[in-house]
Amino acid sequence: MEASSKNRKKILEVKNLKQYFNVGSDNEVKAIDDVSFDIYEGETLGLVGESGCGKTTTGRTIIRLYDPTDGEILFDGTRVHDLHGRKAQLEFRKNMQMIFQDPYASLNPRMKVRDIIAEGINIHGLANSEEEVDQRVEELLSLVGLNKDHASRYPHEFSGGQRQRIGIARALAVNPKMIIADEPISALDVSIQAQVVNLLMELQKEQNLTYLFIAHDLSMVKYISDRIAVMYFGKIVELAPAEDVYNRPLHPYTESLLSAIPLPDPEYERNRKRFTYTPREDNGEEEKMREIAPGHFVLCRESDVPKLQEKLEKYSMAHA
Amino acid sequence: MENILEVKDLNISFDTYAGKVQAIRGVNFNLKPGETLAIVGESGSGKSVTSRSIMRLLANNANIEKGEILFKGEDIVKKSEKEMRSIRGSEIAMIFQDPMTSLNPTQKIGKQIAEPILKHQNVSKKEAYERAEELLGLVGIPNPKKRMDQFPHQFSGGQRQRIVIAIALGCNPDILIADEPTTALDVTIQAQILELMKELQKKIKTSIIFITHDLGVVANVADRVAVMYAGKIVEVGSVDEVFYNPQHPYTWGLLSSMPTLETEGELYAIPGTPPDLLNPPKGDAFAPRSEYAMKIDTMEEPPFFKVSDTHYAATWLLHPDAPEVTPPAGIVERQKGYRARVLDVQPSEGLKEMSSQDAEDHLRQTDSELSPDEIATRKDKEGETVYHGSIL
Repeated sequence: MEASSKNRKKILEVKNLKQYFNVGSDNEVKAIDDVSFDIYEGETLGLVGESGCGKTTTGRTIIRLYDPTDGEILFDGTRVHDLHGRKAQLEFRKNMQMIFQDPYASLNPRMKVRDIIAEGINIHGLANSEEEVDQRVEELLSLVGLNKDHASRYPHEFSGGQRQRIGIARALAVNPKMIIADEPISALDVSIQAQVVNLLMELQKEQNLTYLFIAHDLSMVKYISDRIAVMYFGKIVELAPAEDVYNRPLHPYTESLLSAIPLPDPEYERNRKRFTYTPREDNGEEEKMREIAPGHFVLCRESDVPKLQEKLEKYSMAHA
Repeated sequence: MENILEVKDLNISFDTYAGKVQAIRGVNFNLKPGETLAIVGESGSGKSVTSRSIMRLLANNANIEKGEILFKGEDIVKKSEKEMRSIRGSEIAMIFQDPMTSLNPTQKIGKQIAEPILKHQNVSKKEAYERAEELLGLVGIPNPKKRMDQFPHQFSGGQRQRIVIAIALGCNPDILIADEPTTALDVTIQAQILELMKELQKKIKTSIIFITHDLGVVANVADRVAVMYAGKIVEVGSVDEVFYNPQHPYTWGLLSSMPTLETEGELYAIPGTPPDLLNPPKGDAFAPRSEYAMKIDTMEEPPFFKVSDTHYAATWLLHPDAPEVTPPAGIVERQKGYRARVLDVQPSEGLKEMSSQDAEDHLRQTDSELSPDEIATRKDKEGETVYHGSIL
């Protein structure tokens, strides 16, 4: 995975992104505090963390729902927040789409499903006639596992899982290159979650989509992601291939998060230990992301590096 | 041991504009003193309605069509509202899903904890407040004396759920009904709340009915598990029996559709959606979504078949004449003895073993006046071990 990623194209580069709210006032919030990462074309980057850690803000800033306080975001090599004029912005919005968490709140209750899905097609002028729009809507509905009769219905006539499929169809309508999925399955029932996850992965394979998958359900993130970034209070503390985050966690916060996942296995639950994480006190040494092993980045101090490498070796020995 | 609660052939319907929704269709279960029974199911399966009916907290349009709910041998269904008021909050208590809305925002939490104690127990106001303070400490809120005079908004989500637990435990209830108590919380906070509930259960020996859709949580807390689908219990057994030797195709589907940390390849998904309970399907309600469905499943409802003394499942597959079927791959592995690998986390500096008394994530810790020394002594008193790792 690490080797192949070198040859792959970076579709999104986030550099030193900072997003502060209430700047200058007493209750200034550093929602994103100097975050950098890249996403390669065709991959899924999972972004996990607890509520309030800044993962949703990160997704929203990337898609330009917020203007960042500092830092830059490059999509396909162009700076997202420097795009001016209707045409350039439209082009960007066509390439990057979002799927929201709440399938109830994210669909306009007064629009028919056909119009919800067709809105993007019309705005971007992707169809020449109404018939073409209808045909495209039909295609999209069948792609996400609904049928064409559903086009004339309103959102309230659908279940949560079906609504999320409509949300996915809407995002796909403009043939995006990248989709930001903000907790797309959290509001769904267990048996429906698997359906939606399978759909997302199938679509990715067919259309070479790139996903930023934001979630707090760690076992699902592990399943869907190629690489995972763990966020803690506005900072990414660990970024590595999914396997490594789970099998070789290096940052103590990642370890504490892993130790808290409940698994459907009574024996495991009886035997596991849980850990709580308390950040170290600041001793003046600079903390930044350092590459401990190829592709495995950890937020740490210079003096931590030998210890972390030693730890990695212990993992290798334990796994062997 | 004698059952503290027996639910027999419970049927509940709701009158709606569209017609009668048959939310509960013949539910039977019992609860022993001191045990934790988890009821799992999807939204709409009837798990919350079942638990609310035990408290008689159903909406106005609900009808208990038939059945009995025997609490200590007496039928709750037949009790008057006045009799119910003396049971609610005292002998049977409930914890709700959302700690934000289940506390009164305009009342100090001390008053909210003392209220049921004052109401149900023959104590003075002073004694009730003392007991409230004690409870607040018991559920792991630091500095309870000061916190008694604060309002719900001054607490974090996890702390609020602790307060709700304190209120529920105020009168040492015989049964505690917890309706998705950790669903609104983060995984780390969830883990703390679950620890706390287990520890308190040991101390006060209450029975718990734990309602959730999260099978990971069930595996953690439950002694026994009842799986609900479309208003019925389809499988019931000890936690090990249900997770390691499940029999009902719906249980197979639920367990397989949750990825473990090692799942690869396509995820098993249950096709379709749950049935509409306005017109419940004939026969086995899960049959339309089940690849294991047989002809009889569409004709006749399966009875409970006995797997062991404690394990029953309502599926025709257990009938002696049924053909042998192979469950999904993940289930076969479970039956063969597959267990999730315990993550070999190597605890580093900054990590310590979680205890139920870890009041909160430090960053949301609003109680800064407690010095580290005070925290240390509090921990020592309770004889807890604090883990300090050596690596890193």
